[in-house]
Amino acid sequence: MAPALCAICKVSRALIIRPKNHQKLCKACFIAVFEAEIHHTITSTSLFSPGDRIAIGASGGKDSTVLASVLKTLNERYNYGLDLVLLSIDEGIKGYRDDSLETVKRNAVQYDMPLKIVGYAELYGWTMDQVVETIGKKGNCTYCGVFRRQALDRGAKMLGIKHVVTGHNADDVAETILMNLLRGDLPRLARSTSIVTGDETSEVRRSKPLKYAYEKEIVLYAHHKKLDYFSTECIYSPEAFRGSARSLIKNLERVRPSAILDVVRSGEDMARLVPEEVTGVSHCKSQKTSLSSADGEDQGAGGCGTNGRNSGGEMAEMEKKLQQDEEAAGREIDISALSNNANGQRHDRIETKPEPRKAAKKDVGRKLVRQTLGTCRRCGYMSSQEICKACMLLEGLNKNRPNMQIEVDGEEESSSLRKGMGEMALAAG
Amino acid sequence: MASETIPITVEFTGGLEMLFADQRKHSLSVPAKDERGQAVTVGWLVHYLCVEVMKDPRKEMFVLDGHVRPGILVLINDADWELEGEASYALQARDNILFVSTLHGG
Repeated sequence: MAPALCAICKVSRALIIRPKNHQKLCKACFIAVFEAEIHHTITSTSLFSPGDRIAIGASGGKDSTVLASVLKTLNERYNYGLDLVLLSIDEGIKGYRDDSLETVKRNAVQYDMPLKIVGYAELYGWTMDQVVETIGKKGNCTYCGVFRRQALDRGAKMLGIKHVVTGHNADDVAETILMNLLRGDLPRLARSTSIVTGDETSEVRRSKPLKYAYEKEIVLYAHHKKLDYFSTECIYSPEAFRGSARSLIKNLERVRPSAILDVVRSGEDMARLVPEEVTGVSHCKSQKTSLSSADGEDQGAGGCGTNGRNSGGEMAEMEKKLQQDEEAAGREIDISALSNNANGQRHDRIETKPEPRKAAKKDVGRKLVRQTLGTCRRCGYMSSQEICKACMLLEGLNKNRPNMQIEVDGEEESSSLRKGMGEMALAAG
Repeated sequence: MASETIPITVEFTGGLEMLFADQRKHSLSVPAKDERGQAVTVGWLVHYLCVEVMKDPRKEMFVLDGHVRPGILVLINDADWELEGEASYALQARDNILFVSTLHGG
């Protein structure tokens, strides 16, 4: 067939067909459009301010490599005035992370950015190899995910940086939205749609500038720009990721490519219906900013399938939800129906309903304070609980027994590091 | 049937190379016609790769339900295969067929 011409320049041969709108583009126009859209995401959400120091969470994989490349390009092209630094986490997995860290080291040279590597060994006294030696492969992703989320914050603090960007893409966000929808977890669904978690008062904010970028286009951008990235699978990837939401997303995309962004938009619309008391997302100033969840669960920031929600957090959330039930009574939106549906998904929540309602009525102020982000009493890093999850897990490890309170339960979260594992696990079976 | 062959290059990246003996680039000589005398297509090639080239038993990492697994991009001479008729594209001498996985992590 005759080669199609680029829909923009009408001169060059089209090489790319865009999933979001079927537009056929040549290589040069695709690269220009891809960069322009990330620029638009950044400027329309006022993501950065001149002089900001930004740590790019870099794994050496396609997403973070593209993020680093695009941010460097845009920073120079549009004079963002950003000071960009690569921040990598060394989980201490021989034959996996040591290889991909070599890629990050090359990226640091290619993009002329400083590179900081923080290791689990120095932060926690345990490498993942040692953790697995102690607890076995089952459940090790919980440890890795909890440790990594905190490690990114701690790495940023070591650098004196207050903003970490991660390579989460539209596919990741859509996957998280679907998963939270399937769990009936509207608060987390709402938070996961935010482009930023944390605000000026947070120690470390997190954001995902590639939130609207298709994974397909990220890979094609990396290909056509000949970026140096590393693809691998964690050697400890467990079987727990069978039938991942990832496969669902990819199948949806095959039937109707716009489905991915449609899920993201739907998630954002649903988030707008969830009161801010529940999500911490302020609708007034911008529905795109949400208060940080110190555990980072909303973002699944690089955590390999961790779903370490515990009963304490659920109770707190429950209280918040019940409180908003009352406060929402006078609102225009029929929130109570929404909440009831959400609660209906979980029988335990229905059981506990009467008690927290009373508590919330009695002492509204205290309950609100309890929701405020605090610091871990033990390590001093951000935590919504008295003792952060990392410290709880470490305590178990140091006693040479795994902490059974936080268990992998087969549910997954979105993560660019983890996404391939589902596929691997599927195949292995 | 004449055993006419055409030279093509097949590449695997984005993690797929590990299914093909960790070898990214494969220079192949494939029959010009299939068993029914039809010009060989990319769809034919995918089956051929599975049967003749891939030693790894995890076929479903590459092909699922008879199709290239969702999440694997196929580029024909650097163009998205959707622009070239997908599996029905007839292979030409010196074509470069690239399979890129988007499914693997960093």
